Amino acid sequence: MFYREAGQFKTSYAADQQIFPITQDRVGVLLILAFAFLAVPVLFNEYWLKAILIPFLIFSLAALGLNILTGYAGQLSLGSAAFMAVGAFASYNFMLRIDGMPILVAFALGGLSAALVGIAFGLPSLRIKGFYLAVATLAAQFFIVWALTKFEWFSNYSSSGVITAQEIEILGYRFVSPEAKYLLVLAIVVLLALAAKNMVRSSVGRAWMAVRDMDVAAEVIGIRIMHTKLLAFAVSSFYCGVAGALYAFAYIGTVEPEGFNLDLSFKILFMIIIGGVGSIVGAFLGAAFIVLLPIALDVMVQEWLSGFLSPSISSNLQLIVFGGLIIFFLIVEPHGLARLWQIAKEKLRLWPFPH
Amino acid sequence: MSGRHIGDVILDLQNISLRFGGVKALTNISFDVREHEIRAIIGPNGAGKSSMLNVINGVYHPQEGTIVFRGQERRRMEPHMAAMQGISRTFQNIALFKGMSVLDNVMTGRITKMKANFLEQAIRIGRAGREELEHRRKVEEVIDFLEIQHIRKTPVGRLPYGLQKRVELARALAAEPSMLLLDEPMAGMNVEEKQDMCRFILDVNDQFGTTIVLIEHDMGVVMDISDRVVVLDYGKKIGDGTPDEVRNNPEVISAYLGVAH
Repeated sequence: MFYREAGQFKTSYAADQQIFPITQDRVGVLLILAFAFLAVPVLFNEYWLKAILIPFLIFSLAALGLNILTGYAGQLSLGSAAFMAVGAFASYNFMLRIDGMPILVAFALGGLSAALVGIAFGLPSLRIKGFYLAVATLAAQFFIVWALTKFEWFSNYSSSGVITAQEIEILGYRFVSPEAKYLLVLAIVVLLALAAKNMVRSSVGRAWMAVRDMDVAAEVIGIRIMHTKLLAFAVSSFYCGVAGALYAFAYIGTVEPEGFNLDLSFKILFMIIIGGVGSIVGAFLGAAFIVLLPIALDVMVQEWLSGFLSPSISSNLQLIVFGGLIIFFLIVEPHGLARLWQIAKEKLRLWPFPH
Repeated sequence: MSGRHIGDVILDLQNISLRFGGVKALTNISFDVREHEIRAIIGPNGAGKSSMLNVINGVYHPQEGTIVFRGQERRRMEPHMAAMQGISRTFQNIALFKGMSVLDNVMTGRITKMKANFLEQAIRIGRAGREELEHRRKVEEVIDFLEIQHIRKTPVGRLPYGLQKRVELARALAAEPSMLLLDEPMAGMNVEEKQDMCRFILDVNDQFGTTIVLIEHDMGVVMDISDRVVVLDYGKKIGDGTPDEVRNNPEVISAYLGVAH
């Protein structure tokens, strides 16, 4: 884990531009992938897969989507949960209304629907920035949840807009067991994460970062601001939309529009703040942190503190700790866990002779 | 400056006037720039020099006047279109992308030449990967030329001021511009850094034949390296000609040194 890249010289630009230029990184990622695909389904029980690992992967995907928009392209958004809702309800309707619709295509179409909605709600970003844009995306959050509840066609006229996601079936194989669902979600998340990594290290990613860092200079260089911002909204919403579809189909099963409320949007925003704004790994770290923290806190409270704390406090402990952590990260390390990890690596590179 | 010959007029500005509400930034200014020359714009603070550059690359749209670039009269145009036509620039206050490495900053300079769309880049097969390599090669040539190899992976925010200015020049050069607009490339530099920057500007002009329009306050530098100088004061043109002509122009002397009343 603590390695040095000294001695790894690149003799061609191709070698220097690999996705993971450092050998240990490459090996490390392959090991993690092998572990996630081969060992996890065997080692972990149903509770872990269903209640922790699947939501962790789905939230990582949503956080990745928000990170593309906020971390890379610099456009603040509070509407991630709404775009997830669009993905979930669109996939549900495509499955419902088109006979023989393959589920993966429905997921992709759900993502594309979210992307279109994202572009529509991204249009204000061409004129307004920062805090004001966040308020505009807040409108998306409330409008979409309202529209999905109000127009009953979206939920196929079920009471209070609840939908029950169809069963996942690919080429005759039915994904019912938690292991199968976990592997499907994992495969989709890994592919989309690789695509995101590729985008941010190509010219589209550089254009996003250029718009984020200095939009006037970006335009003078020849970047079309409108095109770049709307593309960021589209790609980000696509990721959130697919995450929403997986949330409905592979995790919860039965969802209602209110399930994708502002709280969820904030939760995703917290993930990228804690994990690291403008970092692919950060989305995963942040999601892991926010999914695991409540569970860890519950366990700790039950084990050690059940006698000391009144139930009213322990039930709010989660919120107190969350709030404290957000403030801590905003003050101490706005670039989150990913940056802390990077600093640790830089320090260890020089250790034990820091000068 | 051997082997360099100044060609025809490449950019012709006629009767440019630019107003912001009631403020007249530029009034009825005409001048031209010839191919391969180094053209300086000088003048006291607030004379309208930066506004002039902003008019040339489309950030500001003058209310009156015509601009002819490479024989084509241009109507209203956006900055990214100027970039497509081969006009690059640097800024008075460094406008680098702070969160990116030097290499990435310079790579963005080639963005108008990249053809692969975002889907190809996401999958990174075929054209997208090849393109990255091709442009990397070009970018490395610029990096070599400006002698910033040692900092290519450093985030630009960590670099000292003089090097940041050089990276900004690299980003502008990466686009292989036919015309380069430099807004005070030597402001705030010490003597050695200024000498380096002068050398780079002259080399760019000499080796690539790039036409250069530059704003500079250091009169020594302006008089030494430019072919022709245009002098602005309060948004009006008060002098135009070779450095020697400008130096002896009584109006220019009074604008810079003041007059006895």
